[in-house]
Amino acid sequence: MLQTLLQQIINGLVVGSVYAVVALGYTMVYGILGLINFAHGEVVMVGALTALSAILYLREIAPGLNPLVYFGFGLLAAIPVCMAIGYTMERVAYRRLRNAPRLAPLITAIGVSFLLQTLAMVIWGRSYHSFPQLIPTTPLQVVHGVFITPVQITTIGLSAAMMAGLVLLVMRTRLGRAMRATAENHRIAALMGVNTNGIIALTFLLGSGLAAVAGVMIASNYGVAHYSMGFLPGLKAFTAAVLGGIGNLAGAMVGGILLGLIEAIGAGYIESWTGGWLNSSYQDIFAFIILGIVLVFRPTGLLGERVADRA
Amino acid sequence: MNDIAATLPFIGRRNPRAALILMIAVIVLAPIVASLFGRSWVRILDFALLYILLAIGLNLVVGFAGLLDLGFIAFYAVGAYTWAFLASPHFGLHLPVYIVLPLGASFAALAGLILGFPTLRLRGDYLAIVTLGFGEIVRIFMNNLTHPVNITNGPQGIDQIDGVSFFGWELNRRLSLGGGFGIDPIFLYYYLFLLCVVLAVFLVKRLQVSRVGRAWAAIRDDELAAKAVGINTRNTKLLAFAMGATFGGVAGGLFGAFQGFVSPESFTLMESIAVLTMIVFGGMGSLSGVIVGALALSFLPEVLRQIALPVQHALFGRVYLDPEVLRMLLLSLAMILMMLLRPAGLVPSHARYSHPLSPEEAKP
Repeated sequence: MLQTLLQQIINGLVVGSVYAVVALGYTMVYGILGLINFAHGEVVMVGALTALSAILYLREIAPGLNPLVYFGFGLLAAIPVCMAIGYTMERVAYRRLRNAPRLAPLITAIGVSFLLQTLAMVIWGRSYHSFPQLIPTTPLQVVHGVFITPVQITTIGLSAAMMAGLVLLVMRTRLGRAMRATAENHRIAALMGVNTNGIIALTFLLGSGLAAVAGVMIASNYGVAHYSMGFLPGLKAFTAAVLGGIGNLAGAMVGGILLGLIEAIGAGYIESWTGGWLNSSYQDIFAFIILGIVLVFRPTGLLGERVADRA
Repeated sequence: MNDIAATLPFIGRRNPRAALILMIAVIVLAPIVASLFGRSWVRILDFALLYILLAIGLNLVVGFAGLLDLGFIAFYAVGAYTWAFLASPHFGLHLPVYIVLPLGASFAALAGLILGFPTLRLRGDYLAIVTLGFGEIVRIFMNNLTHPVNITNGPQGIDQIDGVSFFGWELNRRLSLGGGFGIDPIFLYYYLFLLCVVLAVFLVKRLQVSRVGRAWAAIRDDELAAKAVGINTRNTKLLAFAMGATFGGVAGGLFGAFQGFVSPESFTLMESIAVLTMIVFGGMGSLSGVIVGALALSFLPEVLRQIALPVQHALFGRVYLDPEVLRMLLLSLAMILMMLLRPAGLVPSHARYSHPLSPEEAKP
């Protein structure tokens, strides 16, 4: 009994740390522009598929290297591609609509999201691609009957490192101060000499880079990549961002981990709770229900202090 | 009807009466002309009418009340599944249309109320995500509610659904006119759907200038000001949600009856987005625009299918972009480009809120 719980907590931490990384992208863009970047989940997907192609390419021209080299190469290929997509997205689709009525950029974002999905469908096809298991997946025993795989450890470690790096960047550097100033009030920030357009572009670059890594991690954990794999993680990461308090970096991380835990534990126990009526295929419902509850009872999220009502 | 006719190019403004007659003639004769190109085009026409109905319903919510609803297809699903439950061998029920259709519409309206009640306090972008989540929840339930009692039959869906029949006259059967002449079901459904669309247009046009319609416009333009002049914004928004859902429910029921088969596959997020794109393309809040948008975006993919496949075969010897990809490309590009280049849509609504007499009509 306890073992199941512990196992689900580990699984939840792994999934949750990925959600947290993706949620950071949502929350940064929202904090600065007040825009839900609907297409962020699609960037995750592009990251995974780009890494897949890069890994397969390197394997072809240089077989027999250390698997970690392939993994690193995949990451290094995915990050710039996703950053380029994030930048283009901001430049082409969002910048012109910055002062438009609030529905306009949201609708554009939905359009961008579906455009990315369609393009991915054209480039990589509709089939599920198996993602090479470059990091061992042999389970290691933590306690008796509770296991964790090296992939999972890598996922948690990489996420933690990236989150720490981002927090340092935002809180301790000049650039980070400019970002916070822009989020606070971009007009005043511009008056103080901050290049706000540059900062907004930077936000998209950072968020997309994080999303690329998250995509590679999701694909390595599940061993598959697919053109529509970004939609659900994107939606759940958004939920995580709202749960923690959108616009708040710490909130995104807390929300991500918490959502991962709730989902894993919920999926593990829903069958016994509902007497067999609902089973783990309803796992995806938790995120939506939590989203609804949070938005109704505490729209500012757990850590959000700013009552965002810019509309 | 006049202002819809006025959107016809060239003739619309100069001779509204001729435009109106022309429009009616085209609408009535459309399926006959379409059948010359093959029966599949008549089916496409039927579906286009259903899309118009959906778009009119979603336009109440998005265009009139300014609430972005990304889960609209869930109401369509509620209508379709209600029909499938109550008029198919699945539960052994075969209730008639004048019970099933109103029931489907009311269930959809109820679903709209249930969804709207907790969420309508939210700001626009949050509302969009929550409605999207609602749509997904409905789809997850449709896919999984098979056990311990088989309710939805999962991904296989429900088939052998009864068609529409009025007092023993079945629309699914070829209407015989004697002497070997007859009218095929797809034509009968065309005129049935047409009747529904005309009713919907009439209803919405009256609604738009009614107290409720003006309240919606006020909320869309400035919610705070609307509240200040004494509009009960929550109830008014709820009404928009429920009314929009009702249209979705009716369209869904008709879809189930026409198709004879429903499955979760027909109610994906993509369909919600497709209907939204039709509205954005035609012009949010503009009734004629929405109709134009729905027609254009249900026909263009089919036309593309007819043109693009042979062209690709001829040029490259294989098909790079299959029809489904083309449709998604078209819809997503339409959404992005319209918002960037022409945010008011193809046929913009001509007033911030609709006057009973628009400037064109007021002129002698």
